[in-house]
Amino acid sequence: MTTLIEAEHLTRYYGKYCAVNDVSFTLAKGEVLGFLGANGAGKTTTMQMLCGNLAPSAGQIKINGFDLLDQPKAAKLNLGYLPDTPPLYKELTVREFLLYCAQLHGIDKNSVTSAIKRTKERCGLTDVADRLIANLSKGFQQRVGIAQAILHNPEVIVLDEPTVGLDPIQIREIRALIRELGQDHGVILSTHILTEVQESCTHVQIIDQGQLILTETIAGLNRQMDTGTLQVATRLPSDIHSLLTIPGVSSIESITENRIIIHHSVTANPAEQIAAFIIAAGWGLQELTPVKRSMEDIFISLTKEHREL
Amino acid sequence: MILIIASREFRTLFLSPMAWTILAILQFILAFLFLTQVEAFTELQPKLASIEGAPGLTDIIVPPLFGNAGIILLLVTPLLTMRLICEERRNKTLSLLLSAPVSNIDIILGKYLGILGLMLLIIALITLMPLSLLYGAELDLGKLFANILGLLLLVTAFTATGLFMSCIAGHPTVAAMGTFGMLLLLWILDWSAVGATGRSPLQYLSILRHFQNIQSGLISTVDVSYFLLFTATFIALSIRSLDNDRLQK
Repeated sequence: MTTLIEAEHLTRYYGKYCAVNDVSFTLAKGEVLGFLGANGAGKTTTMQMLCGNLAPSAGQIKINGFDLLDQPKAAKLNLGYLPDTPPLYKELTVREFLLYCAQLHGIDKNSVTSAIKRTKERCGLTDVADRLIANLSKGFQQRVGIAQAILHNPEVIVLDEPTVGLDPIQIREIRALIRELGQDHGVILSTHILTEVQESCTHVQIIDQGQLILTETIAGLNRQMDTGTLQVATRLPSDIHSLLTIPGVSSIESITENRIIIHHSVTANPAEQIAAFIIAAGWGLQELTPVKRSMEDIFISLTKEHREL
Repeated sequence: MILIIASREFRTLFLSPMAWTILAILQFILAFLFLTQVEAFTELQPKLASIEGAPGLTDIIVPPLFGNAGIILLLVTPLLTMRLICEERRNKTLSLLLSAPVSNIDIILGKYLGILGLMLLIIALITLMPLSLLYGAELDLGKLFANILGLLLLVTAFTATGLFMSCIAGHPTVAAMGTFGMLLLLWILDWSAVGATGRSPLQYLSILRHFQNIQSGLISTVDVSYFLLFTATFIALSIRSLDNDRLQK
């Protein structure tokens, strides 16, 4: 595992307003890190700092081992960045634009053509290569933006809301592309779309009001989503107090008379005992479903907890 | 890296009608002025022949032509430079350059040289006019060279000012107005010193005075270094201003 990004104690103030507060994380090769947060949580600021567009007020960033402040050129050589607004020169054609980007990133003259060709194929731009960027649709412009970020085959790819403004089919293609890129690069993508993280990322970080409040692998997050909640429906109203005596049951909410939600500890699953108990009591068990917390629930509960603190 | 950015900038100018229009209009106006000067010379010629030490063909045609070119470029340069950094920032394309492995010095110098390329083209086209006289007359090539050098130094200073204004302004129009105002002020600064004896600091700061000194054929270190310092200052300020972008927004 090679560490591609090391960010330590990043802090950024805009005047007195603290946009990012003491954020530290690392990114290794083969990881796709999803950066989640509500609007204004500090996602874009963090990304801009990672890409050298904004100097952090405090903290240190190393890209592929190069300090962004001491060796900016070496660090930026390993970096591909798609900002929230794709930086496109609208008066150029796609081909001209990519050629310019290739030159800017110091791609060897002999390999420029092949690099552009490969990127165009990857991002589905072959058919529009000779059109002016200004005349392309929003989705294609976004693709040109992604193409620009991966053109020089950087170790680290930073994508700020890469699927904004794309249609569902394009979103699927871009997600597939991100997963593919994640295999031999390190990818960071920011988004506020939660399913996107589930679909394309290996790791997830939630940022709220400038602070990191969760750093997890997707597998870990899935475990968290599997918290112990059962939904039970019965024909006759059930007696909550007697159900509470079953070992492992921690609390019970009743939604209607016949429908209750049972919270239990994750380690001991009392579903079997509950079913046996209800049948024995003769309430007429109709439904017993484990409830999965959605990503939304986790996100909302975490941000809520954090704000209450 | 600098040359890549410069050549992109130069070519982008010709993608829009901007550069073509400016080249055409400039050439048209200056050609008209050139012809009036030539006409004036042919009228004056018999009289001049009788005066000892009278001004020659070069004296009558070249300095007014280049002087007028200077004044017109004072109006045109702000229009050319206003978009340089300002528009990139507005269109958010600046981050492409900022996250590419190029330093801010490369960005600023690249942009500067791109515009300077167009300026050189303008000067070359202007120079062709007096050179065409070589067909039937003799020119004082030394004096012509001094005028070319003067105009060249003048536009390097103009462009640097425009670049700096484009770095600090939020809107291209503001950048253009700022550049124009500043250059015009520096141009007319020595008017207040007319009649004053001795060398006032205002007189030293005036662009016009240094330009005219060089135009007269007297290439002195003072005048040349004035322009070089002027240019270097504004380029350095532009780099600082771009650095500042990263620190606070």
